This record gives sequence, C-alpha cells and structure tokens, in this order.
Amino acid sequence: MKKKVQSHNLAMFYDWATLRIERGAKEKNHLLYKPYSNAIIAKEPTSLEEEIKEIRRSGSNRDLDSASEFEMSDIFYFARRGVESIMDDEVTKRFSAEELESWNLLTRSNYNFHYISLRLTVLWGLGVLIRYGFLLPLRVTLAFTGVGLLVFLTSIIGLLPNGRMKNFLSEKVHLMCYRICVRALTAIITYHDRENKPKNGGICVANHTSPIDVIILASDGCYAMVGQIHGGLMGVIQRSMVKACPHIWFERSEVKDRHLVAKRLSDHVEDKSKLPILIFPEGTCINNTSVMMFKKGSFEIGSTVYPVAIKYDPRFGDAFWNSSKFGMVNYLLRMMSSWAIVCSVWYLPPMCREEGEDAVQFANRVKAAIARQGGLVDLLWDGGLKRGKVKDTFKEEQQKLYSKISCMETDWLRDPLGHH
Amino acid sequence: MGSRASTLLREEEIEEIKKETGFSHSQITRLYSRFTSLDKGENGTLSREDFQRIPELAINPLGDRIINAFFPEGEDQVNFRGFMRTLAHFRPIEDNEKNKDPTASEPLNSRTNKLLFAFRLYDLDRDDKISRDELLQVLRMMVGVNISDEQLGSIADRTIQEADQNGDNSISFNEFIKVLEKVDVEQKMSIRFLH
Repeated sequence: MKKKVQSHNLAMFYDWATLRIERGAKEKNHLLYKPYSNAIIAKEPTSLEEEIKEIRRSGSNRDLDSASEFEMSDIFYFARRGVESIMDDEVTKRFSAEELESWNLLTRSNYNFHYISLRLTVLWGLGVLIRYGFLLPLRVTLAFTGVGLLVFLTSIIGLLPNGRMKNFLSEKVHLMCYRICVRALTAIITYHDRENKPKNGGICVANHTSPIDVIILASDGCYAMVGQIHGGLMGVIQRSMVKACPHIWFERSEVKDRHLVAKRLSDHVEDKSKLPILIFPEGTCINNTSVMMFKKGSFEIGSTVYPVAIKYDPRFGDAFWNSSKFGMVNYLLRMMSSWAIVCSVWYLPPMCREEGEDAVQFANRVKAAIARQGGLVDLLWDGGLKRGKVKDTFKEEQQKLYSKISCMETDWLRDPLGHH
Repeated sequence: MGSRASTLLREEEIEEIKKETGFSHSQITRLYSRFTSLDKGENGTLSREDFQRIPELAINPLGDRIINAFFPEGEDQVNFRGFMRTLAHFRPIEDNEKNKDPTASEPLNSRTNKLLFAFRLYDLDRDDKISRDELLQVLRMMVGVNISDEQLGSIADRTIQEADQNGDNSISFNEFIKVLEKVDVEQKMSIRFLH
C-alpha cells in the first residue's frame, strides 16, 4: 500500500517536471523533440487483393469482362507500402528503448534537457547525488551480498544427500537470495492471480525484456532455469545453483542440437518432483511494448504451459536491455542507479495444446494471451530480426500472392496462348 | 538510449525543408527522429543497408527499387534533406494547393511528380523510357519464380503495345501518363499523417 502511494507521488512529480520543460521550450520558441514511437502515419488496412482490383477497376481503359494480368498501376500498392514502412514500421522500434512523453529526471531518457529551468536543474542535480551517492552503493552492496550468499549456500546444500530436506532448504535459499536481489534493484512488483502459479512438471513461459525478469519471477516461486553455461562470474553462479537443485544448463555446442534440447526438457517435466521450467520463448530481449514470435521448441514438449505476462512501468526506469548497445555490467549499473523498477506480473491460467493444434498455433495462442494481459502489441515477427536479416520466404510469399491476384497464374493454366 | 538526437534540427533547416516539401513542423521533427533511429552509424546519412534493415521493406518485392529512389545518381548516402525530398512525393495533395500560382514550380507531391516517382521505379537507367527489358525486370521482381519467362514476355509485349503511341517499342513518360490517366494517383500514392 505504502509503495503504491510512493509510485503515485513519483508519477505526479514526473508530469510536473515535463510541464516545466515544455514551458521552457515554448519560452525560447523552440520545438521539442517528439518521440516517434507513437504512430506517425495512418496505414490503410486494405489488402493487396482489394487494392489491385480497385485500381484496375477505376483506371482501366478496357471493359470489365477481360481480366487483365498486369497493369502498370499495380506497382502503386507496393510503392506506397514500401514508403509507409520507411516512415514507420512495426519491428525496428521494438529493439530500442520506448520513448516517453514525460521526463523522469534521468537525462538518459530525455533529449530536451537543454530547456530545463534553474529550479529543475537543481532538482535534477539533487537526484543525481541521491542516486549515485546513496542508492547505488547501497544497492551494489546488497547485490553482492545476494549473489555471494547464493553461491555459498547452494554449494553447501549441494553436499547434502538428495531428499526432501535438500529440496526444502534449496527452495528457501533460492527465494531468500532472489529477494535480496529484488531489494538491490528496488523493484516494486505487483503480482496478480497468484493462484495460477506454475506447478511441478509444467513449463512457465513469459515475455522477455531483460535479465531482471528472471529475478522477478524467481523471487516469488521456484523454477528450474534453462540456459547456456557461461564463463566468468555468471558461470560460477550457474554451477553452484545446479548443485542445490536441478537446473538445465547446456554447453554452447549442445544448444544447436534441437533434439538434445527437447529431450532434456521433456525428461525434466516428466519427473514430477522437479520444479517447473522457466523459458523465454522470444529468445531475445524486446523493449516491452510488444511480444514477438515465440519459438516453438518449448511448445512441442506436450506439458502444461503456464503463461506469465510481465509489464514494466517505463516512467520509473526503462528496464529494457539493449544488448547491442550495452553490456550486462553497464546495464545493471544503469538499473541500479535508476529510481526504482516498477512492474506488474500476471500469472495466467494454464494452457494445454489442443486437439488438431500444432506447436506453432499453440505458441501463437499463448503469445496472444500474454500480449492481451500485458497490454502489449502482438507481433508475428521474429525477435531474431534484432540482429539477423528477414528470411527470403516472406518476400516469396508476397510474390506468390501477387501472381495469384493479378490473375497471371491462373490465366496461364487456362489459356497458354494468352487469348481471353 | 539517448545519444542519437544530440544534433537537433536547426530552425532554419526546418523552414527550408518546409518550403521545399510542404511538410509541417511537427511532421518534419517526427520524421527526423525516424531518420536518426534508422541511422545506425550515427553520421547523419543513411546507406542502403540502413533501409534494408527494415523487415517490412525487405520483404516488399519492389523494396530494392524503392530504396534506389532515395539515392541520387551514383551516390551511396542520403542526408535528411534528400530523405525528406523523396518522402514528399507521398504527401497528400491538399485542396488549397490545387489552385496555386501557376508560375511557381511544381510541388513535389503533384500528380505528375507522383507519376514520375512510379515511372522511375521502372526506368532503371534513367533514360526517360521504359524499355521491354526494364519492364520485364520489374515484372520478374513482382512475381518471383511463379510465372514463366514466356508468359512474362507476352505480358510485357502486350503492355508496351497498348501504351506505345510513337512506335519506338518503349514507353515514354508522356505515354505512361496517358495510360494511367483514369487512375486515382492522388489517393493511391499518398500517405496520410496522423498529425
């Protein structure tokens, strides 16, 4: 309750700060940088078929009986769609931080800060002092404590014989250490519908915005993690965690072998004494405005899926990890020097694959449910487009569609000589 | 986050672009932030790769030709002015512009200039004629592997036959305009802004 009041007050404060900036800019007669992540243009919802038929109907010099195969005006549709996507597309903006209308006193999230008045500058300076001088050292200490305890205690528990005692202690240790980490980030989390929390033998899937997602979920329940074994500090943590309870870590070489991955996952879920698996099917971090394609691997295994939606409130500190811009350490420092991380977690009712539904359809159904609950845009695009190129098959689909609609394809079959 | 818009657009530049393209102040600033977000190299210009990174454009059959339209002859980089100049072709035609001073130079988004944009998608070598080969190339881009060479050839021949009036077996810009005189170019080649 107290936390809700705190976040409400902070929000009002940010709105005030934004108004001051807008006023400052107006006084100097300058225009503010406007975030473009809101839609710029009106995209017509007409399909390729509708438009081509319409253009031909209105523009053709021929009579309507003869269906022409090609008109020079056919390119208008593609030209316009192409330029529309240059002005504003659905995908590229998902891989950079969401831009906000209001300012939360972090210079990193605002480009208009040459317009702030003296009063605001003082406040901002005070904010910097508090954040970097007080909050950051406190949080870093907590973080080290949390991680250190995790490594130390799980190694000790690993020495115990397998059994109820070990599982019980392992659970307690994991929860405690993750909760310390939550404090280290000052994460204000609201959990909804806890009765749907994932159970043993199930798979928990969630949308992915940052590595903090793991900490948020794991501080409220115990999961078996899945991932690649890293070197360095991360690897140390992973290796000690797995001593206390069975997590699923893969060597780099094993990650490519899809059968191996699937087998290990299904072996794990069949053993009802093991914890539910936590998986992020998008495969990469997305900026929390949308949910991108879910990789079908986790949905082929055939166990109950527990969807979870995580939505961060961007006004308090953007949690999105832009891995092409910042390394992990840099990212964590930025997180720990923000004001707070406010987010909501919704545990959605469990879902199973239905008769006649294949893994891809099931994955899309789960994705739609998560998107709906979190208020995110449901996209079919692959998160892998962050780094890779789009597959040629999509272009080929467009070409095939045009061939059919323009009547080129069927006409040829009907009359090879091209007469009508 | 945050380092890219450090070079904000100057007022004079915005005014110049406004005069040249007809976009409003807020449209220009919005498109500028779009420009900077596409500019991964952060050097104030866009290359062809920057465009190809847009998935919706990459799957467009005419994607490469559209990208080409932004780059003047022989150049590999386009700056914000050039970017806006090309986008201006797709600005909707407003009613108060239709009866403007006839001696003033034609606005970038006039019907003729919109048709010129489309014409240039076909006319790759910029010789102001669409040859049979150029037409075939565009046809091939639009249908991929789904149609045979013979059929495309006969379609190209028929199209040129219908459009060509001076018998040079290619389509000039005027012939192109004539073929499309009934098409609502203003609507099909315009993109409406929300602000």
